[in-house]
Amino acid sequence: MTNLLSIHTIRFIVLLLIQVLLLSHVNFLGNINPYPYILFVLLFPVKNNRLIFILLSFLLGLLIDMFLDSGGIHAAATVTIAFIRPAALKFSFGAVYEHNAIKFGNVDFGQRITYITILVLIHHFILFLLEIFNFSKIFLVLKNTLFSSIFTILLCVLITIIFGGTNKK
Amino acid sequence: MQQIVNFILRNKTFLLFVLLLFVSVMLTIQSHSYHRSRFINSANFLSGGIYNASNSMSEYFDLKNQNKLLQEDNKRLKSILYNTKQTPDTNYIDSTNYNKKYKFTAAQVIRNSYATTNNILLLNKGDNDSIKQDFGVVSSKGIIGIVEKTNRNYATVLSILNTTSSISAKLKKTPHFGSLKWNGNSPNTIQLSEIPKIATVAKGDTIITSGRSAIFPKGIPVGTISNFKLDNAENYYEIDIVLFNDMTSIEHVYIIENKDAKIIENILKDND
Repeated sequence: MTNLLSIHTIRFIVLLLIQVLLLSHVNFLGNINPYPYILFVLLFPVKNNRLIFILLSFLLGLLIDMFLDSGGIHAAATVTIAFIRPAALKFSFGAVYEHNAIKFGNVDFGQRITYITILVLIHHFILFLLEIFNFSKIFLVLKNTLFSSIFTILLCVLITIIFGGTNKK
Repeated sequence: MQQIVNFILRNKTFLLFVLLLFVSVMLTIQSHSYHRSRFINSANFLSGGIYNASNSMSEYFDLKNQNKLLQEDNKRLKSILYNTKQTPDTNYIDSTNYNKKYKFTAAQVIRNSYATTNNILLLNKGDNDSIKQDFGVVSSKGIIGIVEKTNRNYATVLSILNTTSSISAKLKKTPHFGSLKWNGNSPNTIQLSEIPKIATVAKGDTIITSGRSAIFPKGIPVGTISNFKLDNAENYYEIDIVLFNDMTSIEHVYIIENKDAKIIENILKDND
């Protein structure tokens, strides 16, 4: 248990620092940034207490907001995907999830991509909707969502493959 | 009562989610509505310290460019200094040096941002250097933004590349003034609106600050006109301005304190 706790604490801090110091300054083609800090939400243990999980996700989003001076947009987007994660898990993994026997290290690759894609798209859509905060610029929101999502999904998949061996728990 | 408690216990996850979502959306709305109300900001011990540490490493990569900028600035100031009338060599106290209206403080940008629609910069000067809210921030080439929040050692700056900021500016050759706003598209161009139709506007004209607010002195360069057209009602011009500053690479800035700001504010308040 302590091992699991320390893994997630370290992951929380490392993802936060990488996000604010490195990945928010990529600005690929002008303004496209990846937000792979949500890997914390994606890889959080399924069986754990949902209340703590939602609170932690909110805290992570709020810290990102503090560093990036973005109001509360990351907190809102992250807490939303934390809340709807069970639905996404059920949709992507089906029966495996029902039996509570899920381990991200050894699920089917296609299922894993579906799962990451769903949550990343929802997260980024809420994020850019709140950031731009203007319904007349909905095309800008959709454009940003699409490009950033591609970037984030790629990074998330790569990170889960590279560090998959150690993070199987 | 029992039923209410049961209801809360049954839906505790959902209720917590709604509560947290509500809190974060309120924070977002506050940050969009007015610049004084941003509650969570990076001018604090934790994020300021981390950005400071990271900047103390990364500043070396841009050293050459920044040196060149500072040298150009020095050259300009020297040419002003040595072309004015020389003061006699004898010692005397120049009383015009007292009670200067504007006080400049040099600062360094430890976090720059230009890719979102609401960009905020972080400076390494704060309350300890008597930096307060609503001080202007400029670089050697032109205008940068307005100080928003301060803590002991750090200050956040509402960049001109922020859709919520609005700064008064005018044409250099005539006194017609308007307000600078950013439409969020490109970090090189911002928009000037409310210049009346009667003004003569041409491509390449210089735009400077108007000095109508208590924040910026008159005459700080902003940029040159790249494009203009009349608005829908055909009363005012909508002007695109190419900034003199490269907002994507700023390191050394100056914070301007207007010592008469309080007095001006009080007079304006009395008139309202």
